[in-house]
Amino acid sequence: MTSLSLKNVSKSYGAVEVLRDIDLEIEEGELIVFVGPSGCGKSTLLRMIAGLETITSGDLEIDGAVVNDYPPAQRGIAMVFQSYALYPHMTVYDNMAFALKLAGKPKDEIERAVRDAAATLQLDHLLDRLPKALSGGQRQRVAIGRAIVRDPKVFLFDEPLSNLDAALRVATRIEIAQLKESMPGSTMIYVTHDQVEAMTLASRIVVLHGGNVEQFGPPLELYERPANTFVAQFIGSPAMNLIDATVASAGQVTTVTMADGGHADAPIGSSESDIGSAIKLGVRPEDLSVTDSDDYLVKATVEIVEALGETTVVYFKSQNGRDPMIAKLPGIHKIERGSELRLIASPEKLHLFDESGRSFLYR
Amino acid sequence: MFTENPALLGFVTIVIGVGACLGYFYLSNLVLDTVIFPAKGSKAGRNINRANMVRPWLFLFPALFALTVYLAYPVFETLRLSLTDRSLDGAFVGMDNYRQMMNEAKFWEAVRNNMLWLIVVPAVSTAFGLLAAQLTDRIRWGNLAKSLIFMPMAISFVGASVIFKLIYDTRPADQNQIGVLNAVWLSFDGGLGSVLALQVLPSVLLLAFAGVVAYVAWLFVRDIVASGRDRSLWLMPLRLLVGVGGLWLIWVSLSGLGGLWFSEFPYGEPQTWLTVPMWNNFFLMIVLIWIQTGFAMVILSAALRGIPEETVEAAIVDGANPFQIFFKIKVPQIMGTIVVVWTTITLTVLKVFDIVFAMTNGQWETQVLANYMYDKLFRANDWGVGSASAIIIMLLVTPILIWNVYNARKEMR
Amino acid sequence: MASIAGKKSGLTWAVQLSVAALVLLWLFPTVGLFVSSFRSADQISSSGWWAALFPSEQSEVYRTADPDDTRVPDGDGFVVTGNIFEDAPRDILSWGVSSRDIAAFRPGETADMKDGEQLTLQPDGSYEWRGSADQLKGRGQRIFVTATVPPEFSLSNYETILFSGSGQDNMAKAFFNTLTVTIPATIIPIVIAAFAAYALAWMEFPGRALLIAAVVALLVVPLQLALIPLLRLHLEIGIGKGYLGVWLAHTAFGMPLAVYLLRNYMVGLPRDIIENAKVDGATDFQIFTRIILPLSFPALASFAIFQFLWTWNDLLVAKVFLIDSTGSTTVMTNQIVELLGTRGGNWEILATAAFVSIAVPLLVFFSLQRFLVRGLLAGSVK
Repeated sequence: MTSLSLKNVSKSYGAVEVLRDIDLEIEEGELIVFVGPSGCGKSTLLRMIAGLETITSGDLEIDGAVVNDYPPAQRGIAMVFQSYALYPHMTVYDNMAFALKLAGKPKDEIERAVRDAAATLQLDHLLDRLPKALSGGQRQRVAIGRAIVRDPKVFLFDEPLSNLDAALRVATRIEIAQLKESMPGSTMIYVTHDQVEAMTLASRIVVLHGGNVEQFGPPLELYERPANTFVAQFIGSPAMNLIDATVASAGQVTTVTMADGGHADAPIGSSESDIGSAIKLGVRPEDLSVTDSDDYLVKATVEIVEALGETTVVYFKSQNGRDPMIAKLPGIHKIERGSELRLIASPEKLHLFDESGRSFLYR
Repeated sequence: MFTENPALLGFVTIVIGVGACLGYFYLSNLVLDTVIFPAKGSKAGRNINRANMVRPWLFLFPALFALTVYLAYPVFETLRLSLTDRSLDGAFVGMDNYRQMMNEAKFWEAVRNNMLWLIVVPAVSTAFGLLAAQLTDRIRWGNLAKSLIFMPMAISFVGASVIFKLIYDTRPADQNQIGVLNAVWLSFDGGLGSVLALQVLPSVLLLAFAGVVAYVAWLFVRDIVASGRDRSLWLMPLRLLVGVGGLWLIWVSLSGLGGLWFSEFPYGEPQTWLTVPMWNNFFLMIVLIWIQTGFAMVILSAALRGIPEETVEAAIVDGANPFQIFFKIKVPQIMGTIVVVWTTITLTVLKVFDIVFAMTNGQWETQVLANYMYDKLFRANDWGVGSASAIIIMLLVTPILIWNVYNARKEMR
Repeated sequence: MASIAGKKSGLTWAVQLSVAALVLLWLFPTVGLFVSSFRSADQISSSGWWAALFPSEQSEVYRTADPDDTRVPDGDGFVVTGNIFEDAPRDILSWGVSSRDIAAFRPGETADMKDGEQLTLQPDGSYEWRGSADQLKGRGQRIFVTATVPPEFSLSNYETILFSGSGQDNMAKAFFNTLTVTIPATIIPIVIAAFAAYALAWMEFPGRALLIAAVVALLVVPLQLALIPLLRLHLEIGIGKGYLGVWLAHTAFGMPLAVYLLRNYMVGLPRDIIENAKVDGATDFQIFTRIILPLSFPALASFAIFQFLWTWNDLLVAKVFLIDSTGSTTVMTNQIVELLGTRGGNWEILATAAFVSIAVPLLVFFSLQRFLVRGLLAGSVK
């Protein structure tokens, strides 16, 4: 059942359009992650869903009702802010009970809801403290507890982990994943700029860029079948290599050649009209391996070698002076700076993008 | 019956006043949300938006009302009154009031004294404040020292006037002096000590003052001379003004220097300080300086602490001595705050009334504009000239007003 | 800074000493007033207040016991004995029996007055006055004593000013009048300004920037301009001169600073907290009363202190809007100014009155200085 849907939603500040015609259908029980570089509009989109920003045009539906003009409190949502936004003058208990008190709920019901949420989040012993007496992780849990107490249709998370240090971030990320498991019926929308959070938490990811949805799909689909060069390079680290190539032959399998004599047969469909066109061949650094044979994908000169033990990351001199070229080889390799390597990848790991950056898979 | 007991009246007023304010805010919001734009039914969403457009004005109304009626309207009304004559039933008389005022020696005396106040009080208060801030920041009991220097801030101008009148008090020569100043004065006998304390030291101070003025004026003026920097043409009048003002100040301090060495000091005679023309102005100014230094110190001390420690440490490593650190590293970084302190004290000076009113009431050539205005308004009952002098004060404030608004708008962007 | 190598400690001492000098210089005037308020009129006019802290040489006049009642026959004549220092013994330096020569004798010497009349004064103050029946009658003999007097202070001035004084010398009424002016004039503007500041800080509406600029502009408008038009207005609409008028005036005159100060503070509160409250379902009114007000307490306190000091210390507004010709609503500042005019030489009254009027602000100042400083830092236009 559809829990939340955006139909042609746009947002502009004066003449500046920050979000264009966003269409999303979010099912009940999903955990959707909005991810994208800073300034892509992901937070604005979340705040529009929350009702903290007006919607310039288009419709926002929650549970089938258009809620564009509803104030935040009446949309059936709860939000966890980046800075936690705990009320500094209220105890943990009062923080969690505030919304219910405003809604005029009876005292015992409030008490029960707060105690339950506190138990879930192991906050029982902290209920009488003020926020300033809590650690970062505890504050984070209170912020989440405050959302749970309201039993909303949709949870909204605005970069909830970005104020935590690295170790705590991993721990809290796992906690959120567990929380989601324990509440299978609740829908969550989660904004982050960290692709690791996106990949690990999401049931589906929305990649936003420049006010547009670049791709919307399950994490591994984004990794394996990126819709365009932006998604291809945004998901995965180090980013996917993009190599200038020309289509040599089309059909079920597309053959491409590179300027340096390399070639590849990608099991990706193409049409006759593509023959001769300049495209980008995409291959992830972790999919590359070194070969001696003449049957190689690409030749490149080694610039820097980073030996990390479990992997060796090799940075090559750029082919076209623009796109960097990186290979991530498992294990330890002895590679000289300045030497020329021939690289190869298995055909099913190849991606093809046309001049506009669109993947051949999605044409 | 309330009026017979002011305390009860006051209490009732607090309850009614605060209750009425809160009641107004609560009820007007309630009416807006439930009666005018109810958040129910088919138009709920639109009604909520409309209510939210009206609400700010509900919140603002009482404050706006007070500001408009009590501050904005009087500015224009005073301007109008300054162009009319009360004795002619409020007939329009054009610039007559101003002309009459310009012909009064007392007015020009007030203008001259105000100018002196405007220069001396902010300068001395800021300088002392900066000194106190810098010194107290470096010692362990600095906070105690600060709060003692800051204390006069809490004392009323009237209270301060009484305090200083006691200091300036004069008794006949054959009695014990009970004013500190006369007691100190009588301890001078014209010997070497007196020459050092009353002639050499003041001369050094005056020369230092003239030097600083000359330097500051030069900083402003040199940009006129130096071609190439053509930005901010509108600063030109300001630069010229500072230049002219600086020359005048240098002249005043140099002539004061002459006075120090060529006039006879009446050693051994108790002085009635507040009646010595020209000097009595300074004795009045000391009262305000005494009060305002603490203010300057508190603000500047906060600014000094805001200076990144690294810049000072870098200067130490570069071999700067404490004076160079203070004048070349610290002061430039807090220049903005110094300007703020200076203008704030300037505003206080322009409105200074109580001190002059309580100590001399403008006699013996100590008149200032605010007291002149009060005199015209409530003694001479001449509302026209009174309003005209109020407008003069307003004109003097206007540059600061514009500057503040300009800065506030810049900051909001 | 203190730990930097090779720093001379001499400079630190110079700093310590100059701060000490500065503090003493700044404290000196107030201490003078404070000390004077505990001295009697005679003490004040006979020596500077700084002398009051040390034992001083003073000339005093005493009188022997009444001879008609206490003389006892002794030989041919009579003798009166006693001690001039009944309660407070002093060190006598010299004494005399005539105002023309008050230092004629040392203690222990005997003064020969005309016709065999004699008076002996011992160092401890005991005396022996001999003479004939004619000589020892009427009033007691005057004795002029120059003695070292220990510091002496009394609360009698305060008693006069606060309780027993009459007319202008009694500040009790003015004290309560001042309080009556001050408290409503402090509390009411806070409520009004807080709402306006919230609207200017956190609500979106057209013209907001303009209003903020207007508040900044009104911040510096001298209230001298407001006097005549407002007095006329008050007289026209029937408020006249009185408490209501002065409350209204103080409320309005404090408004720009209050709005400015509070807005600056509120705008710095975290946006997330306010939005979270909105998501939690709070209305603007609830956000204001339950989130903004509690969180803005430091700013509210700062302004309250400012406004309190300003209204308590004010003279001009009270003179124009409050004090009518009957003078029954006079405030302390006004009464002190009148005292300066009429009792300019009576320092015991003046000093005590002034100290009574500055005691409350000083108390507020020292107990709430933290908030005052914070407010000052936020309130000066940057």
